[in-house]
Amino acid sequence: MEILNYAFMQRALIAAVLVGITAPAVGIYLVQRRQALMGDGIGHVAMTGVGLGFLLSWSPVWMATLVSVLGAVLMELIRWYGRTRGDIALAMLFYGGMAGGVMFINLAPTGSNANLTSYLFGSLSTVSESDVTAIGALAAFVVLVTVGLRRQLFAVSQDEEFARVTGLPVRALNLLTAVTAAVTVTVAMRVVGLLLVSALMVVPVAAAQQLSRSFAATFAIAVAVGVAVTLGGTVTSYYQDVPPGATIVLLTIGAFIVLTALAAPLARRRARAAAAAQPSGDPAECAIPASRGAGDGIGV
Amino acid sequence: MSEPVTEPVISLRGVRAELGSRPVLRGIDLTVRRGEVVALLGANGSGKSTAVRSVIGQVPVSAGRIELFGTERRRFRDWARVGYVPQRTTAAGGVPATVAEVVSSGRLSRSRFGVFRRADREAVHRALDLVGMADRARDSVNALSGGQHQRVLIARALVAGPELLIMDEPMAGVDLASQEVLAATLREQVAQGATVLLVLHELGPLEPLIDRAVVLRDGCVLHDGPPPKAVGQHALPGHDHVHPHAPAGAEPVRTGLLS
Repeated sequence: MEILNYAFMQRALIAAVLVGITAPAVGIYLVQRRQALMGDGIGHVAMTGVGLGFLLSWSPVWMATLVSVLGAVLMELIRWYGRTRGDIALAMLFYGGMAGGVMFINLAPTGSNANLTSYLFGSLSTVSESDVTAIGALAAFVVLVTVGLRRQLFAVSQDEEFARVTGLPVRALNLLTAVTAAVTVTVAMRVVGLLLVSALMVVPVAAAQQLSRSFAATFAIAVAVGVAVTLGGTVTSYYQDVPPGATIVLLTIGAFIVLTALAAPLARRRARAAAAAQPSGDPAECAIPASRGAGDGIGV
Repeated sequence: MSEPVTEPVISLRGVRAELGSRPVLRGIDLTVRRGEVVALLGANGSGKSTAVRSVIGQVPVSAGRIELFGTERRRFRDWARVGYVPQRTTAAGGVPATVAEVVSSGRLSRSRFGVFRRADREAVHRALDLVGMADRARDSVNALSGGQHQRVLIARALVAGPELLIMDEPMAGVDLASQEVLAATLREQVAQGATVLLVLHELGPLEPLIDRAVVLRDGCVLHDGPPPKAVGQHALPGHDHVHPHAPAGAEPVRTGLLS
């Protein structure tokens, strides 16, 4: 394992594993809430943070964290209050964030589009010691929230209305999910880049769903897939001289295709087992369709 | 029980609510006393769902007063006493979840920090047993029929052992076998002293359980008293299915399963 002899590769592998754990861990709640593309939106907003970091000579990672957390909170507020034109407001936030990033980095004395590219598509080999510290601290926060509060976040993401009646602080938990997603975006920024972050949040979860029936299993498989592809992609990029971010995302999609192919016979076997468990079937369920659907669907 | 028997469990006084700029509730009064089973009836758009959703704080109220167990709704914290069954369409996540996982979330009102103990797991099993779904605990909810899914949502509401059950259209789109299970479950809860507020499109198989019916029309209370018998609430004045696209003066369309 000569790959481990280089300090830059050790840092790259640590960062990759942390992203492989955190991105699907947050992504599963976004997918459950049907906000799979929220990570993409936060990634756009984070670009303004990166640009501001260069302009003010701050750490781009921390500045991006700050700006994307603010952006995620703003998106959550738009979701509460902006009933009709919420999608337009979100679009403005996304593209404003992207344009702001390009603008600020060009105004910055030390910035150039080359700097921006390393954040857009990741730059795993230039991860510094202080980056690893920042990524580690942020990843610890993400794991603490997504695992420690899994029951609460599951309830809120599954059925917000019911969660309110169990007395859960629904708004606070929604904000926490948004903030955690924003933190994850900045954790993953150096590894896969802002434009590809969302893939690591969503695709491992989609892949895991092909095999699993429970939320717990989906979570575990998604994180396993995440770690496998980030490690695999990093090692591949070392030996083959290909961009790690793109390699990781393509591997993730490959994992999705493989698991989907594996799932088909599994699903058939489960269907047979279910049919065997109910020999006579349930006659009432076949005979009577959801008969009041038509009447209920008509508003006055 | 600290309250006297006659104390209302749910009390709405002059409640108004708007969705957008359209008034949906135009000052309704509704009282449900301990041990009562009250059905909230009305045509589509009469405001019956909005009324129950205002009770649980899901719909903002522009005027009036709502109390739960004698406490103003905003200050009410004792949610383990309330079991809520939403309309089935609201409860669908984008990730697979097992029946047991969904029912477990109903237990969060009892386990403060989401730490699950043995008693919680036993409660989940008991609740699933009540609705005849214990053998499906490890199945994905996506694999269930509409009626089975509804039974799971009722188990989720019962798992914390509530004194008050609020159900929004529990029989909508539910097959006959599940309707019977639901009616039996509800009968058992009522026998044990539960208070129930139901939103119903029609009385149907729950009719024998219902003590009182409140009929809404255009966001106002039209009738508050004994449930309409025999011909069902379809015979009530004003309760007809007016479809906005139907030609004026057309026969009311009856879409009810058992009407």
